[in-house]
Amino acid sequence: MSRTSRSDFNGELARREKRLAYLLLLPTFILILAIVLLPLLTNFWISFKPVKLGDLRPPSLIIKEALRGAIASPGDIFKIEYRFRNSSVKYPLTEASLRDTLPDGLLITTLDPACEIISEEGGRTIFCTLGDLDAKARGKLVVEAVLEEPMLVNKDILKASKPETLFIAQNVLTSFEFTLENFKKVFSAAEFWNVLKTSIYYTVFGTAGALLFGLFAAQIMLKTFPGRSIIRGLFLFPYVAPVIAVAFSWVVLFDPFSGVVNTMLLQLGAAEGPINFFGQRKVDISVFGLTIEFPIALSMVILFEIWRYFPLSFLFILARMQSIPSDIYEAAEMDGATPLQQFWSLSLPFIAGILAVLFLLRFIWTFNKFDDIFLLTGGNAGTRTLTVNVYEQAFAISNLGAGAAVAVVIFVFLLIFSVIFIRFSPKDAG
Amino acid sequence: MTGMFASALTGLVWVGLWHLVLTMMAILATGAALPLALGPAAFSGLVAGVFAALQRPSLLRNRRMTGIILIACLLFSFSLGTPFDPESLLAPWQSLLLLVLASAAGWLSIEKTVGPANAGFMTRYGTEEFYLRLFWGLGLMMFVLIVAVPFYVMVMTSLKSQHSLMINPLDFSIDYSLGVTKLLSSYIELFTDYGFMTLLVNSAVVSVATVIITLLFSVPGAYAVAKLRFPGRKWLSGSVLLIYLIPAIILVIPLYAIFSQLGMRNSLFALCIVYPATTIPVAVYMLRGYFAGLPSDLDDAGLMDGLSRLQIITNIAMPLSMPAIASVALYVFMIAWNEFLFAFMFLDDVKLFTLSRGIVSLNSSEVPRQHLMAGAVIATAPVLFLFLWFERFLVSGLTAGSVKG
Repeated sequence: MSRTSRSDFNGELARREKRLAYLLLLPTFILILAIVLLPLLTNFWISFKPVKLGDLRPPSLIIKEALRGAIASPGDIFKIEYRFRNSSVKYPLTEASLRDTLPDGLLITTLDPACEIISEEGGRTIFCTLGDLDAKARGKLVVEAVLEEPMLVNKDILKASKPETLFIAQNVLTSFEFTLENFKKVFSAAEFWNVLKTSIYYTVFGTAGALLFGLFAAQIMLKTFPGRSIIRGLFLFPYVAPVIAVAFSWVVLFDPFSGVVNTMLLQLGAAEGPINFFGQRKVDISVFGLTIEFPIALSMVILFEIWRYFPLSFLFILARMQSIPSDIYEAAEMDGATPLQQFWSLSLPFIAGILAVLFLLRFIWTFNKFDDIFLLTGGNAGTRTLTVNVYEQAFAISNLGAGAAVAVVIFVFLLIFSVIFIRFSPKDAG
Repeated sequence: MTGMFASALTGLVWVGLWHLVLTMMAILATGAALPLALGPAAFSGLVAGVFAALQRPSLLRNRRMTGIILIACLLFSFSLGTPFDPESLLAPWQSLLLLVLASAAGWLSIEKTVGPANAGFMTRYGTEEFYLRLFWGLGLMMFVLIVAVPFYVMVMTSLKSQHSLMINPLDFSIDYSLGVTKLLSSYIELFTDYGFMTLLVNSAVVSVATVIITLLFSVPGAYAVAKLRFPGRKWLSGSVLLIYLIPAIILVIPLYAIFSQLGMRNSLFALCIVYPATTIPVAVYMLRGYFAGLPSDLDDAGLMDGLSRLQIITNIAMPLSMPAIASVALYVFMIAWNEFLFAFMFLDDVKLFTLSRGIVSLNSSEVPRQHLMAGAVIATAPVLFLFLWFERFLVSGLTAGSVKG
């Protein structure tokens, strides 16, 4: 193939640039592949498999070596016993065998038929074929020997050589055993629909609340006043502080017995008895003779979500509002528009884009939120969302497969949200 | 609506509210069981509001002083001489201080809210302005309180003893006569008995390692996406953020399973590769924007002078984008320091615990509450210091990258 020298030069340069770009991106790509994409696929895999938490410890052959009889003077007869056991209660081991080094200075008189002695450089080796072992299978191999040279053989020397094992274990994670049991279990559980409902309440109210409070806070901080920058910093505290610290301060603050809020309410006469804010599913509130069941714990975790994430919406909205040119407000002022009219017809259209983006992204992130609820209530008292359910199934009930199935459900919801997000995200919002 | 009504309403709301807030603050600061007497306060405010509407600024020379004194007198007389403390639980100077604070804060709030309004009819414009000013003040007060109170309770609880918390949970007064060691006994105990030094070191190691690894990976990656031409570039910059939307809770089961099988789950190393994987996408996204803004002429000039692309990154692009790199570093540090889920799932060995993991184990009925709060303070203080020190960088980092939480 012939090219002109000029295009050759360009082509070579472009190719080098391309190669360099891929090279620079390669480490990132590999890491993301290994830690994000591969686990994502593995999660699907696990969700179709009957995996329990205990199965993560792979089945193995456990050997205990014991010595019977005196080992002191020449002519002593003693036994070496190898007790073996398949550690798994569910899965067999195949082609199992064990190997141990025997010191010189002893004469083997009886050998288990499964075993043979191989002489190698540096000593003798006993090799026993165990074959296939069923789940929980156990047994014993005995070697009888006569002591010849006490200098070379004693208990410590015999014990010092640890028997090695060889076997092929069936690992439930890598086997091709599949089941739909996990999904059946997840969907048929009576609480599943409640969990889904809780998730949606939490996400909708948490997101909308954080956005509204952020908008309100941004409006407040638009005015200049003494101490404004300090207060702006203060407003970001809930978001910047570790979740563990703020969640536990809320727990302490609202503690039913020693919490500040309850004690204060009681002392000022605003409540009749202590309210267990994070531990009570429902509280009866009577308004004008009507009794309403108020989901108190769920409302508290939603409030916490709003409290912790309003700073984020606040930052974005404030940045956007400050970029609005002031002359349009001056023009509106001249035309006699009132402050509220200015807000509705000038400010809102300007921040609509960022509000939409914030809503959609925060919606997804609130839906994904785990730490906050887990630390505040542990998912009890009607606050179990899908994410907490993943933990509950996988690690509290120790059913990894069912947990992974819930995670798949979350992923499907995320896909739906993302599609909506890509469809409706405004192009100009930044 | 008349200015008179607006002004009276303002007075009622503000003086009542300040009375409520100051009473609560006094309860928390001294531990005294003060009652709440909102009626006299609200009524005093109402009268002061009427006064504010009648008195135009021009008519009285020292209007502000008069207003404050008026509220003080009203509060004093309506509550029969005991505006805050009918049972004499406080020292006289404390009661006096509360009265002065309530009157001054009340009057200044009225002044600020009522503004130039007068007793007569208000236009629609004026009415809206008035309500906006009222809600501005109320909102500011609310936000400051709801943000500050949990942190205040956190710090103060950590300084108390089990005994005094049992006697009166509202008593956050600091008894300086106890001496520093008694006050800080929870902290001392955490460091001596609970091994918090190890936790701090572990957290610092993991966070700093995460920052370094993230930068090592994301700076070249972001440069490639921003400056180099290659097939798939557009697609890549779009998909970077999608990765960011995949939540940790979906990854935690497979990562737990895989790392357990490999025998590396219970290690700081595991955290040091999982954390960067979650932070690199956003770091690439943030840095890409900044790199793209650097003029390409600089790169070309560098190439002309015989620099390799890698030298261009280290000698030209990086020095010029230090602000962006600083904000990425701070943001990543904050994420790694605050991370809870993976630390909680992966670490079994007490010697390897990070702060987040260690503090969870303090949340039990055997560990006193002030220890838990002291732990929370220890975990919070470093991030808050960094935040306050580099607020400018962190805020730009937050706005650029963080839709995440």
